[in-house]
Amino acid sequence: MHFQNILVHLQFHFIGNYALKQPSNEPISPVHFIYIAHLTTENVSNVLYIAKKKTIKDSEDHTTTLSSLSGDVGVLHLLESEENLDWVLRTGLHPPYMVIMESALFTRSVMMKLKNGSSRVAGVAVVVPSANPPQGFSPHNKCPNENSGVYSESYGPTLAHCNTTVWNPLGNGLSYEEFDFPIFSLKDDNDTQLIKQCYVDHNRPVNGSDPQYPLCAMQLFSHMSAVTNTATCMRRNTNGFTFSPESICEPLGDHNIWAPAKPLNTTQKGHKAGESMVMATLDSRSFFSEIGPGAESAASGLITLLAAAHALRNATQEAQLSRTIFYTFFHGETFDYIGSSRMVYDMEKNQFPIDLDNVHSVLEIGQVGLFSSSKVWLHTDPVSRRNGSVEEEVKKLVSNLQTAAKGLNVSVEEPGVTQPLPPSSLQRFLRARPFPGVVIQDYSSSFANMYYQSMFDNADSLKMSYPPNLTPEEQLNYVTDTAKVRAYMMLRLLVNTANFYISVERQTSLPTVLVQHLLANLTGSTANVTQEDCKNQRENQDDKESKHVSYSWVQGAAPPNSTERKGFCVRSTVHGTKALSPAFELEDYNSKDYSTWTESNWKQIKGRIFLVASHDLEVNQSAKATHSRVLLNGPRCQGLYRLLT
Amino acid sequence: MTAAVFFGCTFIAFGPAISLFLFTIAREPLRVIFLIAGAFFWLVSLLLASLVWFISVQISNKESASQQKGLLIFGVVLSVLLQETFRFAYYKLLKKANEGLLALSQEETMPISILQLAYVSGLGFGFMSGAFSVVNILADSVGPGTVGIHGDSQHYFLSSAFMTMAIILLHMFWGVIFFDGCEKRRWFVVAAVVVSHLVVSCLTFQNPQYVSSLVPTYIIMLSMGIWAFYTAGGSLRNLKLCLTCKDKDFLLANHRPR
Repeated sequence: MHFQNILVHLQFHFIGNYALKQPSNEPISPVHFIYIAHLTTENVSNVLYIAKKKTIKDSEDHTTTLSSLSGDVGVLHLLESEENLDWVLRTGLHPPYMVIMESALFTRSVMMKLKNGSSRVAGVAVVVPSANPPQGFSPHNKCPNENSGVYSESYGPTLAHCNTTVWNPLGNGLSYEEFDFPIFSLKDDNDTQLIKQCYVDHNRPVNGSDPQYPLCAMQLFSHMSAVTNTATCMRRNTNGFTFSPESICEPLGDHNIWAPAKPLNTTQKGHKAGESMVMATLDSRSFFSEIGPGAESAASGLITLLAAAHALRNATQEAQLSRTIFYTFFHGETFDYIGSSRMVYDMEKNQFPIDLDNVHSVLEIGQVGLFSSSKVWLHTDPVSRRNGSVEEEVKKLVSNLQTAAKGLNVSVEEPGVTQPLPPSSLQRFLRARPFPGVVIQDYSSSFANMYYQSMFDNADSLKMSYPPNLTPEEQLNYVTDTAKVRAYMMLRLLVNTANFYISVERQTSLPTVLVQHLLANLTGSTANVTQEDCKNQRENQDDKESKHVSYSWVQGAAPPNSTERKGFCVRSTVHGTKALSPAFELEDYNSKDYSTWTESNWKQIKGRIFLVASHDLEVNQSAKATHSRVLLNGPRCQGLYRLLT
Repeated sequence: MTAAVFFGCTFIAFGPAISLFLFTIAREPLRVIFLIAGAFFWLVSLLLASLVWFISVQISNKESASQQKGLLIFGVVLSVLLQETFRFAYYKLLKKANEGLLALSQEETMPISILQLAYVSGLGFGFMSGAFSVVNILADSVGPGTVGIHGDSQHYFLSSAFMTMAIILLHMFWGVIFFDGCEKRRWFVVAAVVVSHLVVSCLTFQNPQYVSSLVPTYIIMLSMGIWAFYTAGGSLRNLKLCLTCKDKDFLLANHRPR
């Protein structure tokens, strides 16, 4: 018995992005393919393949692609410049190529050229740098959510489609393009060095001569089941029809978190005293899946609202206010306002504790992390302000805000020109009826955020840095005000850990859970309720009525001289409602009014590198080879046959 | 590494053995049964050898490369010895079975000769041994990659296939020679078989210098083949008559009764 080398296969797992089915009201139906490869340095000796395991503990691999079911194989090519694309697209001798590029080359022009030559491109891998690109990068559109907002041919036509001001000038629209090949992102670590080294060893042309087989190649797996557009995809889902239901794609959705400052009676729907709604958004995204840091686009706004809710807790409990404040956090605003459209729909259908009649005014906190020269801008909708009563209310709101800001180091201004509202949840409310509303942003005519909805919208983009050489305690003391400390810590927690991507409905994203519990803790009060009662949402054993408050059990911290945590129950008014686009309730998958975004299901997401031998050895040619071997038995040796049988 | 390599290596490794099976064994149910039983015996010997190997690897020091190498050599030697032991055990079993078969059958001669049994059992051993040697390599050869990213030789698949073919044929020759040695109580013959098996297995430690392991193996295979031919009663005269299809006695003897 002889022992041969044992072949061990590991695969490096790529975390891919989702294939989002565009709503069919778009002229093209983009399906995105984005992958993120997270490679570890675990290297096992292996004869055929080199693959790594992923480090991220995320459970879901989001991928999108039109990679074939058995993965796409391409000869590695390290793209050095845009001119070097010629090798990939025209002159290279061994197509299809798997293009590796630094993120500086991940631009619209390069990607569009690759898209056009996609017969010779097997896939793209982008090496993500550790520092943000200084010139900015935004894969979102120049005019985000232009078709799902309030401005259209019938409402402020001169303001629609960013005619007056382009909100996201750095946007290159890559997130909404359709690619036929997988696109992965790689962290710049040892494994990526290995890939580059493999290219240098085997694939690089030396002295002008072409590289010879065997060549280094990479295979990326990220097959997405979804097809064409949402309507087709949802139709092909077989949920409920067969014994083994299979869903090809699922709608994006999550929960909206809301909390009135004073408890409402949630069972009685409709008429309350006027509410002032204060809202922020919970979600963000990037080109690649499982990366959605959303520091400026989501975290800044929601932290501000949380801090405000906490600061106002005592004031709203004691003071007799004619109007109560209704804190709301919407999810899915990036994808054509999933959360806010759902809430407005529920309000219209009387499915929500308050009605549209009860909403008196709306204040929205948008992107507020980057205010420069201590100026904060208040955006309003000029079309609704043509109505006299609305104009009056808006003026009151603005002057109140300006008065409030007088004592602080912040100046509050309105942009002096007639321009539309920036993309914001208020637009969906305005579609229902003209509310007086103000959106607070840190920019006046175009985003200050250079990394809007991209993987670079992280702590660095917020310029959250301490002076160097501070210990953690000193860092905490650096920000003196305790309220500020709390807000700062929350912000740091969120931008470093949370992924703001909304994902499908059956998966609750981390920010939703965090905000729900944070809001409960910050606006609620401790209740003398046992753990069991608390978890069962009741005051005590006898309490049987349905409540307008909610209870959540806090594990608490362990006191200094013991290891047992001391938990307590918090009574608050925080609730969550489903944030699923009304299009899916109505089963109108071609809806022009509501978001119809879905996410594809996928099989495995991973990748590996290896050497490939010549194309001559592949299937087409091999048929010839096997043929020639069969012609061994000629007519001469018939006698031989008879002997042996 | 694509379908061509897969099919090529499969046919190289198993081609001769499968053609032998198809032309000489497939029509006779008794031969097929004994072939499969032989394969099973080889499998049992492998099971025992791998049990010992597994336990010894678990209790050994996994960090020390020299210890692992020593363990590998020990494993190879043990496995060879166990295989030959089971070949002997199968021989004993077949002898006993033959007496029983004779008692049961109505004919006066044995339905299957000891020489045929030797050939069939050797081939059975060979099939199973070949399968275990090469199937995992074949499975990997279907994928898109080829050997070499760690700097290993490109000829891995091909040389594995050739080695497997040699091993299968060798098992068949050893079977014939071994049974003959046991029949005639020539123990040096048995020892020669065991020694040559050890030599061939230890030659594989020369890999990845495939030339220095394959060439001696093929030389040994050819010599074993000639020895087995003579053991089975062949001679140059027989060979000539057979090839020119003129040996009528032989034809008559193998003619099936009506």
